[in-house]
Amino acid sequence: MLVLAVDTSTPAVTAGVLDLPADGPPTLLAERVTVDAKAHGELLTPHVRDALAAAGKALAEVDAVVCGTGPGPFTGLRAGMVTAAALGHALDRPVHPVCSLDAIAAEAPGDPLLVVTDARRREVYWAAYGPGGARTAGPDVVAPAELAGRLAELGVTRVAGARIFDFGLPVVGPEHPTPVGLVTAAAAVLRAGAEPGDLTPLYLRRPDAVEPGARKRVSRA
Amino acid sequence: MTIVLGIESSCDETGVGLVRLDGDGRLELLADEVASSVEQHARFGGVVPEVASRAHLEAMVPTMRRAFEVAGLKLSDVDAIAVTSGPGLAGALLVGVSAAKAYALSLGVPLYGANHLAGHVAADTLEHGPLPSPCLALLVSGGHSQLLRVDDLATRITEIGSTIDDAAGEAYDKVARVLGLPYPGGPPIDRAARRGNPRAIAFPRGLTGPRDAEYDFSFSGLKTAVARWVEARERDGEEVPLDDVAASFQEAVADVLTAKAVRAAERFDIGTMVVSGGVAANSRIKALAAERCAAAGITLRVPKPRLCTDNGAMVAALGAHLVAAGVEPSSLDLSATPGLPVSTVSV
Ligand SMILES: [Zn+2]
Repeated sequence: MLVLAVDTSTPAVTAGVLDLPADGPPTLLAERVTVDAKAHGELLTPHVRDALAAAGKALAEVDAVVCGTGPGPFTGLRAGMVTAAALGHALDRPVHPVCSLDAIAAEAPGDPLLVVTDARRREVYWAAYGPGGARTAGPDVVAPAELAGRLAELGVTRVAGARIFDFGLPVVGPEHPTPVGLVTAAAAVLRAGAEPGDLTPLYLRRPDAVEPGARKRVSRA
Repeated sequence: MTIVLGIESSCDETGVGLVRLDGDGRLELLADEVASSVEQHARFGGVVPEVASRAHLEAMVPTMRRAFEVAGLKLSDVDAIAVTSGPGLAGALLVGVSAAKAYALSLGVPLYGANHLAGHVAADTLEHGPLPSPCLALLVSGGHSQLLRVDDLATRITEIGSTIDDAAGEAYDKVARVLGLPYPGGPPIDRAARRGNPRAIAFPRGLTGPRDAEYDFSFSGLKTAVARWVEARERDGEEVPLDDVAASFQEAVADVLTAKAVRAAERFDIGTMVVSGGVAANSRIKALAAERCAAAGITLRVPKPRLCTDNGAMVAALGAHLVAAGVEPSSLDLSATPGLPVSTVSV
């Protein structure tokens, strides 16, 4: 099965073309990744085009799209999600959502794992994973120091993702979601040919907006 | 025959339009679907960029599907795509631009990053046919108040004047708040104004002094003057004559907009004026523009309200003019440009 994977939940602008066999891990045919938090809108579609060209595949050959749904603080998260949704619509192919933290965890199997990404505003997005790779807590957003105080309770012994805070744990796995991680996390639903879930971004924060209070007076009394 | 898809997401409307460009250069509107997030912004008294951007993401593909359904077309019928790449809210533009690029890549058709303001002018060609050259455009909405000289819709648009502070629509929203009327302020003020006396209160006409910029606008002082006037009445325990305040405010806005536009048309010897943008739907601005254009011998063109507000049809129309003019398409690394100047019709 030919799968196109995209993610823009972190500063990385990620597109990859993969083959997912009936059994075993996906094979990466080509990927294009640029780490630039301001370039999601500009670079994602060219990255999709270039990864396909490098893989020697046409867009029409793609069987399914996998899209990281965050959490992500950058307006860029929407660039990836709307790109995936539009590709799915135009190609008439399913678009499978994957929590971007799950995609990072999928590349660090083994002992209980904490995954964090940069939520900006001095906070991190995080989720915890058990030894079998299943998510056991999160995703959520919190100050890193507060998260550090919960490591024992969460039972995690390793950390993956953004290298922005020293949790005193061995650092493993990728910094950003990768095409292999995205497709690995979606492999079961892709193979089952299951109906995709809702393509809804994990914002985890409300929009910054305040309702105006009483009208301000302009005259000096 | 060319089918052009237009995508708009610069503010709070997700718009998808489909236009057919015939061999003789005529345009036919095939679909004009809009999903608005205006109600989500109402309690904040203005457009909240993050709320608008979230709504665009949710609405993009459904709006697209509706447009093709209405037009009875398939995605594969599209020959070119135009998308608003600016000016507008950065996060909102990003959604439309990203979607347009993905559709352009999937369908293998050229993509045009198009100027939203030029799109407002192009909207009129859907209803009234090709524009003579040159013509003058007065664009008034919640986001813009501009006087433009349009020599060629696809390639040559020059700004003659613009607002130095609030857009006309913003002034409506703020005055509506002062009067306790709902957001957006244009329609309720227009309704109240029709019952009031436009000469009841002499509100100031911004930038109309002998040394002021002749073709620029300012609505911030007017808004403040209305608030002061209302507060003075309230302080004295007098009732505020809402209809008269609305009518007098609306008269001040309509007077300045149309006087400056007509003066510019006369000064530059331009015989046709297009008034477009959301505020162009205002009854008094339309009536006064008609009156003054008739007196000056200027042909006035105002698209129907549906085409005046932000929509995808206007972007598709501009795209069709770009295709017809043989303008070079944009590259797939096109990005949103929140401050795109009106002189850049396509990027
Ligand atoms: Zn507009």
